[in-house]
Amino acid sequence: MPERTMIQIDDVTKSYGDFHALDHATLTIKEGEFFSLLGPSGCGKTTLLRMIAGLDQPTSGSISIDGQPMDGIPANARPTNMVFQSYAIFPHLKVGENVAYGLKRLKLGAVEEKRRVTEALEMVSLAGLDNRGATELSGGQRQRVALARALVMRPKVLLLDEPLSALDKKLREQMQVELRRLQQAVGITFILVTHDQYEALAMSDRIAVMFGGRIAQIASPKEIYQRPVNRQVADFLGGMNFVKAEIVEENGQSITVDTQGFGRVKTERPPAFAPAGRSATLGIRPERLRVRWDDATAKHEVKGTVIERHYFGEITHLLVEIPGMEKPLSVTETNDFGADDLPLGATIRLGYDPDALVAMAE
Amino acid sequence: MSLPRRLLANWLPAYAALFVLFLYLPVMLLPIFSVNLSATPKFPLTGLTLKWYEGLPKTPALLDAAWNSLIVGVSAAVLATVLGICAARAVTRYRFRGQRAMNGLIMAPLVMPEIIVAVSLLIVLLSAGLSLSLLTVTLGHVLICVPYSISVLISGFEGFDRSLEEASADLGETTAGTFRRVTLPMMTPAIISSLLVSFTISLDDFIMAFFLGGNDVTLPVYVWGQLRFAAKLPSVLALGTLLLVASMVLLTVAEIMRRRAAARTQTTGGLLA
Ligand SMILES: Nc1ncnc2c1ncn2[C@@H]1O[C@H](COP(=O)(O)OP(=O)(O)O)[C@@H](O)[C@H]1O
Ligand SMILES: [Mg+2]
Repeated sequence: MPERTMIQIDDVTKSYGDFHALDHATLTIKEGEFFSLLGPSGCGKTTLLRMIAGLDQPTSGSISIDGQPMDGIPANARPTNMVFQSYAIFPHLKVGENVAYGLKRLKLGAVEEKRRVTEALEMVSLAGLDNRGATELSGGQRQRVALARALVMRPKVLLLDEPLSALDKKLREQMQVELRRLQQAVGITFILVTHDQYEALAMSDRIAVMFGGRIAQIASPKEIYQRPVNRQVADFLGGMNFVKAEIVEENGQSITVDTQGFGRVKTERPPAFAPAGRSATLGIRPERLRVRWDDATAKHEVKGTVIERHYFGEITHLLVEIPGMEKPLSVTETNDFGADDLPLGATIRLGYDPDALVAMAE
Repeated sequence: MSLPRRLLANWLPAYAALFVLFLYLPVMLLPIFSVNLSATPKFPLTGLTLKWYEGLPKTPALLDAAWNSLIVGVSAAVLATVLGICAARAVTRYRFRGQRAMNGLIMAPLVMPEIIVAVSLLIVLLSAGLSLSLLTVTLGHVLICVPYSISVLISGFEGFDRSLEEASADLGETTAGTFRRVTLPMMTPAIISSLLVSFTISLDDFIMAFFLGGNDVTLPVYVWGQLRFAAKLPSVLALGTLLLVASMVLLTVAEIMRRRAAARTQTTGGLLA
């Protein structure tokens, strides 16, 4: 992937009165990247996206796109196009006219314009629907028209505001795959806003996780999922067992802690790690704890009692009580060895990779 | 069912029927007497004739009045609607200081006695040195049409999704271009409603036309003038019938158009709904 910077968000704040919808956000997005803004509703994702598009102005800070500062440049002069959350399909225009809307100003000539509209509609699998009325479309089709209408402009950056949230689950999952493929085919920088962690994990090159107007972490999906910087990020991305620990030794790179249940662990020190006193929190994802079916004791394992079992088809969720730990551990296990048949009260051993135990800020 | 309820259930339809009769009977008498052979509007009818209608185009004063009404109606409708578009857009799009007071003031002529407004306007226009003509009538009509126009247009603009205009800007269109290519076409049903309502108000208005018209006479003023002569009554009835039919046809056509446009643009509401 080329490492050229496409978007530079520099210390941008957006305030409404005393309220900061976006609070000192700094962010760099690379050319050709599929970048997601992930966070709960109201955390400022749309606000940031609209400022990149030029639909809102930052209260302070600056945004540049492809090296050009965007201060004072209106939305209609920016090299970005947006897929709106409501899709904003022009209801008085046909599908073809909707897609051609922005091209009209470029004065390409009828033939070239038609060619580009056809190409864009083909790209989103709507070939031949040019003459369909905009109000005669299904939700999925409207979403595709909005996508074609933006892509046909060949923007440097495509902005997508929760484009899949109005679709049903099956269509949504299908569109996730299609969007990702499309982005790789056209090579345009995509910025996706979503509150769905699976969507962000499945589609993105990198993710910025946001809470309350602040960016908490920017990293690859794997990094975000496996090494969340704090409990909030960890929780938002899925289940996490939090393990209490005492710090015995720390330096710039790593910390060594004595944990409840997991003994002494040496782990990487996260960037924002600022422990209050000697206590720290470690986390381990439920699927990183594996039931050990053999008899050989391994170096890294904990022993406990099954107190709850929930069957989910391909997997089973177990709650396992560990002596010396305040809270039972949540475990996700595949069903190939009979985790779905473990009786309540059974004593089991859980193996883990010590690298899966990560330290995080509160 | 309890007794009062049963009474109500029986009487409500009867009441409704009576009400409708009361509302439309006088209007229905208009076409009936307009084809009556005798000049006095009394039952029983003495015979059927179209002679009163045939006489209409042969009355130059009436043709003049009709022409005047048309000119005033069209001008007032267009002016009131243009002003209404600006006002309605300001009210629905922007929040500004004194907005509520402004809304109130714009709507006030709706409930002000028209005769007071007409007389005040007369004084102002005369002291401004304007002579009374169709122009002054038009100005008066714009004044009374604007509140209706604005309320029709506001209801049309309110359901409008802001993001459509943002999408247009995002696709490279200028503010003016967005207005022409998105806002205006989306507003068409509301604009048609506004034009129509304003035209009808202007066509119907007597007081403004009477006070501000000088020697230029519109249809209602002409009708009023004719009422003094008993012999002219059948012609007035014939004229009234024509106006009735014309406005009904006009409103029906407009309503059909509005519904069609609404189905296309998903715009709801409108005065004629
Ligand atoms: N025009 C506005 N005026 C006041 N507050 C706003 C405005 N736009 C957004 N906000 C507030 O800013 C916060 C962030 O909004 P938004 O960026 O839309 O969140 P989301 O992450 O759900 O997209 C929300 O609390 C919202 O209420
Ligand atoms: Mg949002």
